[in-house]
Amino acid sequence: MAQPLVKKDDDRDDEMDYSPFMGIEKGAVLQEARVFNDPQLDPRRCSQVITKLLYLLNQGETFTKIEATEVFFAVTKLFQSKDVGLRRMVYLMIKELSPSADEVIIVTSSLMKDMNSRTDMYRANAIRVLCRITDGTLLTQIERYLKQAIVDKNPVVASAALVSGIHLLQTNPEIVKRWSNEVQEAVQSRAALVQFHALGLLHQIRQNDRLAVSKLVTSLTRGTVRSPLAQCLLIRYTSQVIRESGMNNQTGERPFYDYLEGCLRHKAEMVIFEAARAITELSGVTSRELNPAITVLQLFLSSSKPVLRFAAVRTLNKVAMTHPTAVTNCNIDMESLISDQNRSIATLAITTLLKTGNESSVDRLMKQITNFMSDIADEFKIVVVEAIRSLCLKFPLKYRSLMNFLSNILREEGGFDYKKAIVDSIVILIRDIPDAKESGLLHLCEFIEDCEFTYLSTQILHFLGNEGPKTSDPSKYIRYIYNRVILENATVRAAAVSTLAKFGAMVDSLKPRIFILLKRCLFDNDDEVRDRATLYLNTLGGDGSVVETEGEVKEFLFGSFDVPLSNMETSLKNYIQDPSEESFDINSVPKEVKSQPLAEKKAPGKKPTGLGAPPSAPASAADAYEKLLLSIPEFATFGKLFKSSAPVELTEAETEYAVNVVKHIFDNHVVLQYNCTNTIPEQLLENVIVVVDASDAEEFAEIASKPLRSLPYDSPGQIFVAFEKPGGVPAVGKFSNVLRFIVKEVDPSTGEAEEDGVEDEYQLEDLEVVAADYMLKVGVSNFKNAWESMGSDFERLEEYGLGPRDSLTEAVNAVISLLGMQPCEGTEVVATNSRSHTCLLSGVFIGNVKVLVRLSFGIDAQKEVAMKLVVRSEDESVCVAIHEIVASG
Amino acid sequence: MSAFSISREACPTIKNILLLDSEGKRVAVKYFCDDWPTNAAKLAFEKSIFTKTQKTNARTEAEIAMLESNIVVYKFVQDLHFFVTGGDEENELILATVLQGFYDAVALLLRNNVDQREALENLDLILLCLDEIVDGGIVLETDGSIIAGKVATHTMDDGSPLAEQTISQALATAREHLTRSLLR
Repeated sequence: MAQPLVKKDDDRDDEMDYSPFMGIEKGAVLQEARVFNDPQLDPRRCSQVITKLLYLLNQGETFTKIEATEVFFAVTKLFQSKDVGLRRMVYLMIKELSPSADEVIIVTSSLMKDMNSRTDMYRANAIRVLCRITDGTLLTQIERYLKQAIVDKNPVVASAALVSGIHLLQTNPEIVKRWSNEVQEAVQSRAALVQFHALGLLHQIRQNDRLAVSKLVTSLTRGTVRSPLAQCLLIRYTSQVIRESGMNNQTGERPFYDYLEGCLRHKAEMVIFEAARAITELSGVTSRELNPAITVLQLFLSSSKPVLRFAAVRTLNKVAMTHPTAVTNCNIDMESLISDQNRSIATLAITTLLKTGNESSVDRLMKQITNFMSDIADEFKIVVVEAIRSLCLKFPLKYRSLMNFLSNILREEGGFDYKKAIVDSIVILIRDIPDAKESGLLHLCEFIEDCEFTYLSTQILHFLGNEGPKTSDPSKYIRYIYNRVILENATVRAAAVSTLAKFGAMVDSLKPRIFILLKRCLFDNDDEVRDRATLYLNTLGGDGSVVETEGEVKEFLFGSFDVPLSNMETSLKNYIQDPSEESFDINSVPKEVKSQPLAEKKAPGKKPTGLGAPPSAPASAADAYEKLLLSIPEFATFGKLFKSSAPVELTEAETEYAVNVVKHIFDNHVVLQYNCTNTIPEQLLENVIVVVDASDAEEFAEIASKPLRSLPYDSPGQIFVAFEKPGGVPAVGKFSNVLRFIVKEVDPSTGEAEEDGVEDEYQLEDLEVVAADYMLKVGVSNFKNAWESMGSDFERLEEYGLGPRDSLTEAVNAVISLLGMQPCEGTEVVATNSRSHTCLLSGVFIGNVKVLVRLSFGIDAQKEVAMKLVVRSEDESVCVAIHEIVASG
Repeated sequence: MSAFSISREACPTIKNILLLDSEGKRVAVKYFCDDWPTNAAKLAFEKSIFTKTQKTNARTEAEIAMLESNIVVYKFVQDLHFFVTGGDEENELILATVLQGFYDAVALLLRNNVDQREALENLDLILLCLDEIVDGGIVLETDGSIIAGKVATHTMDDGSPLAEQTISQALATAREHLTRSLLR
């Protein structure tokens, strides 16, 4: 044991003696850099100092602005030296320092001289350095030289110019695009890498021109492309062309497939693999097309090179997701990879096998995996567990061995995520495979007997409460559950109490015994546990009081809490802030899950990328809106926000000013929130207001307007206009809008605005407040129950002819969006080719009136759609209003 | 740079090349993308890559691993650890070719004494070598002897006698002399 230790010390001593950078210190090196200023330059010494500076930078040391400038100026002096090695280090140093624009000027002339040097190395490197540090203005000066360099006889020079071109294309596309003739010539170069770089650049220049790319691919796939790297590029471009032309070539052979297939016989593995992967990723690939690719990948599986095995197994794994049968042939090779030294390969092999395996091989596979599981990391184990879960769902008959496997690994050591993956898998299997329920539940029970994760214990207890009472012998789970009450922490104890109550509610025979257990919990030292025990004893009638109806008890215990918690929280806070006589009504809580709060503020700022990019409209951001509106004193008295609409665009995409509007509905008011974005960098807008003409909206009266003081470029701002309207009535109307502002010129380089502005206005599109704005989308979990409990007191039935429609789906969607209600139970989806459809909708109308609608559609051969609309609600006038909406829509 | 990594149609892109010592410390590193914007992020990546690969045997053949949805190919020689990183959509074999080119070039430049001390003593060569393999993420050259040749032509004037040059270096020199005379 002692010997290696001593040896290590020796090593360290050696390092002390020999590492040239031992004890190196920035200040000292910067001092040393003064040698750059010596009149008699010592190239060797200067190189050493540059190496030290580069070492410091490489270790993550940073230079201050002043230090960097000093070093840069000192380094520029070194252009005087004719030493080739030193020059090379100078190039490197300049690139690392990335000088600022005014510094670049200092070296430009030196670098331009080098660009025209007779030494190829100077030319190549000077091009790379200059292109790295230059900006657009300088580029036009050196453009001529760069064009020459692209067709230079020396491949290194040509490559340097081409690669620089690829980088410059990002910043100065219009200049680089002028080089395409030279680049085209370079594609024909004999030098392998020049061809690769030229091809890369040419494609990027032309990538938006489909036809040109297609022509390029057509000509090159016939010719000879020399370097493997260029061949890989060509394969990528080819698959792009295939993807885009696929639409036009529905029939017959896939174009260029022969080329891809030919590449499978290339001598470079890189190319073979690229082609094989391209084939597997073809959209709608047939098994005949797939086979040659699978065959070469199969050969790679038994390669001695780990990289090759990894690449092959990773690709096959992906193929197995879509074409499991195509990969089956590789199963034997794959099985030998389970014991692969490289654990990534082994895991990929296993998961592939699990996807492709057939029923008979499952048992053998599980045996192999068991040995493998003990020596891989948790992250791999999770992948395996997930693969086993899907396998089990595929072969439900094999649940026994798979469930056993899961329960075995559940007992072994592992972190939270791993254990959670296993528990989730077991839960899913129990849900989907009825036969697996009893054994699965027992495995879970055993797990919570010795589970260190509170979260998992409570989840399992909850699940047990729902599933346990439905089994043939519920009593056997009670012991496990009550053990939790005795042994665990308060959170788990509380969960266990709830679970006991569920057993009590569902299984009458167990009730007396459950009562005894619950009564014991009344003496628990934790409030929550005691409270729960008391509550459940009460609801279940264990304390001799009047028992509520069985249905209510079950609804209470098992009913899902379908209100998002964050919405609940906001509503409760509002309730506390504004206390009223009425008790809090949980039904008034909006049930839409808000996806991206405040996204509406960002959305207008984002300029649509590409044609027809839809503005990202947030589904609901009620909370964020509510906070925003409450923060404005003028609107604070409006009361509770009923609904905020999705943003409605009032301008075309890519106009000077982008404006969208959100309609906020209150009981007696409507607030219009105009989100404005100024997309002109040269302008600053001030005193921005929206002039709203409400003459087509008789019931609305403008009462307040909140203008925007200033609207600088690309930072969105909001303008609010508030209207009063009759309370509780779904008033509708049309508003025309004009944006009025003072525009000031801005100097883009300084960002300063001119003193004087000009008044101007900008016409926006009209906006309508429609009936759907008064409807909240609130779903119900059980439409039938809700429908029946609502009763037919105010039911109203009408029939409508919707005229000719493209399809039933279109008609259904039109009515849903007209009413603005929440479709229930997935009834918004119309089965293809069906002639009739029933759609169930629910919502809350302004004034907190629940509304349920049953729509029956029928379509005839002439595509005439007829609709029967039945509406039920707690308020007759609302029922009438709904029909009015449809009749007028 | 990010524009490159997004689409598969783009050139193969290298995210970084790392040369670490047997304790995971930097000998020379070069990052070509903004995935790790700060030095701390870079160090964290190097640490995790080092610990993840430490126990593997990458001495005979290059090994491969996935890390933070990147593909890393690596090779260990004596007390030096060579890494090349690319995005998870990258062709693994291209990365491996770059790694092999890097290693071959270093081996030639260090005259087969591939260890940490030698590497630090010739750090200028290593840095030039990194500069010649990849430019801003795009592969410049993958042939180790050509890379070494390009680096070595500069150090020639240091007075190393021709006899000590490897054949490829000599070839590269000869080639350069030839082209120079042709251009005249």
